[in-house]
Amino acid sequence: MRGLQLPLSQTQRIRLQKALEHLESLSSKVNSDASVTIADSIPVNYEDGVLKGHGTADLNGEVVATLCGVVERVNKLVYVRALRARYKPEVGDIVVGRVVEVAQKRWRLEINYSQDAVLMLSSMNLPDGIQRRRTALDELNMRSIFEENDVVCAEVRGFQHDGLHLQARSQKYGKLNRGQLLTVPPYLVKRQKQHFHHLEEYGTDLILGCNGFIWVGEHIEARDDVIEDQVNQSDSQVLGSSENSASPKGQEQNDTALETRKYICRTANAIRVLSTLGFNLTLDIIMETVNLGLSLNLDINEMLGSEFCVLVAEREAERRSTSKKKR
Amino acid sequence: MEYVSPEGLRLDGRRPMEMRQLRAEIGVVAKADGSASFEMGNTKVIAAVYGPREVQNRSQQMSDKALVRCEYSMANFSTGDRRRKPKGDRRSTEISLVIRQTMEACILTHLLPRSQIDIYVQVLQADGGTRSACINAATLALADAGIPMLDLVTSCSAGYLNSTPLLDLNYVEDSAGGPDVTVGILPKLDKVTLLQMDSKLPIDNLETVMQLAIEGCKAIANHIREVLLENTKELEYRRGV
Repeated sequence: MRGLQLPLSQTQRIRLQKALEHLESLSSKVNSDASVTIADSIPVNYEDGVLKGHGTADLNGEVVATLCGVVERVNKLVYVRALRARYKPEVGDIVVGRVVEVAQKRWRLEINYSQDAVLMLSSMNLPDGIQRRRTALDELNMRSIFEENDVVCAEVRGFQHDGLHLQARSQKYGKLNRGQLLTVPPYLVKRQKQHFHHLEEYGTDLILGCNGFIWVGEHIEARDDVIEDQVNQSDSQVLGSSENSASPKGQEQNDTALETRKYICRTANAIRVLSTLGFNLTLDIIMETVNLGLSLNLDINEMLGSEFCVLVAEREAERRSTSKKKR
Repeated sequence: MEYVSPEGLRLDGRRPMEMRQLRAEIGVVAKADGSASFEMGNTKVIAAVYGPREVQNRSQQMSDKALVRCEYSMANFSTGDRRRKPKGDRRSTEISLVIRQTMEACILTHLLPRSQIDIYVQVLQADGGTRSACINAATLALADAGIPMLDLVTSCSAGYLNSTPLLDLNYVEDSAGGPDVTVGILPKLDKVTLLQMDSKLPIDNLETVMQLAIEGCKAIANHIREVLLENTKELEYRRGV
């Protein structure tokens, strides 16, 4: 099994197998023959006309798959949705990336795509919050905003001639600190209305990047209230400037509380367990897993053990079967 | 030396047209984008694919297609006598090149411009036919990485000893000095992408030996396809809706 190298006892192995078989039986009725591998021919109805999408190719008048995945049909369009592949950006996606290079007027970010993404200095809000033309001085001070190896959250803006461009035009985007970055396969993160989550009971933030980079960190106040920001702009300006001058000298005046750090680790471990099991990652499922660990009084490290892994699999099987019955 | 006994059995007890046991596993390297291990009898290789990712050397970047790189190496413990220098010799350079060319032919590189795909294959246990095993493992790893390919590539070797065509030579048969034909095919398109031969073989026998190797390739293709399909289904049902 992928990535799962846990020493399972005999009973645990049987329980895990049973849970996974249960999951298989739940989904197999929906579409069992939709899975294809490379060079499998896809049956299509030629009379209606066919539009060949991603992951398909024409071979002697036959539509064949060029990827391993699931066949999807939308009206005339036939395409193959790849499962384990690198991230494929779509405009408006929220991504988390790591700065690999500071270049002329731009940062280059690693976002698990086939190329590095570009974040232009002009397509992000300056820390002082004023709208103005970026000067040469701003360009020189780029490292005071993001440095190499910083973790940054941004939105996909679109493709330009020189690659993929990102933008960060809101207070909720920007540098992420005091937390953990996790990498999971991108197909496990589904595009949703909300990718920023504030977990109030734990005082943490959770950002589910569409590119499979997930951020769990301490909650930072007043980050996503843009409106408020505009109202007391004068206040924030003063605040921002004072903060800016203080930041290089080290802002360690208040360390993250131990409790918060523990919750960050718990959430991170829950995500690790779910991604090794290959389960979809949504806020509900992650929170359920965290709470399961808490209710069993497990230590943080025990969440990566075999017993918890089996329990999560069983819980997931139960959850899916009940949600199916309701439907 | 007698490689085929009068009863028609080979040194390891196989029939002349019998292949060794196949075993393929996907997802053996956690950090790689795609990975697989492939076993043919006692030959065992592991492949890891990284990419498509940003090109490391800017001058090699191509604006219309992807750059494919391949590195073949043998583990020090893979052979009977322990080798000192596991890579960098002429043999591994040649095999790296062969694998790279074979895989590049079937990857749809034009769909991934300005990127780079790295394929690393390592022989963990060598018992003849490492070249074929490496190609098969690389195919699986590329498919696991979700890289678009025209077709699967599978490879198998065949030889001719004691005036009998033999499928899938092991180390003892390989080192007999007889002809050794390695064939790589695209099973769906029914095309040959790789054909190599050591030593000499009469022209009228080449046809039969090659045909035998192609049959072997097709059998491997069926096995690989089953493994891939099972893996895809598993990923899909685990993910749920």
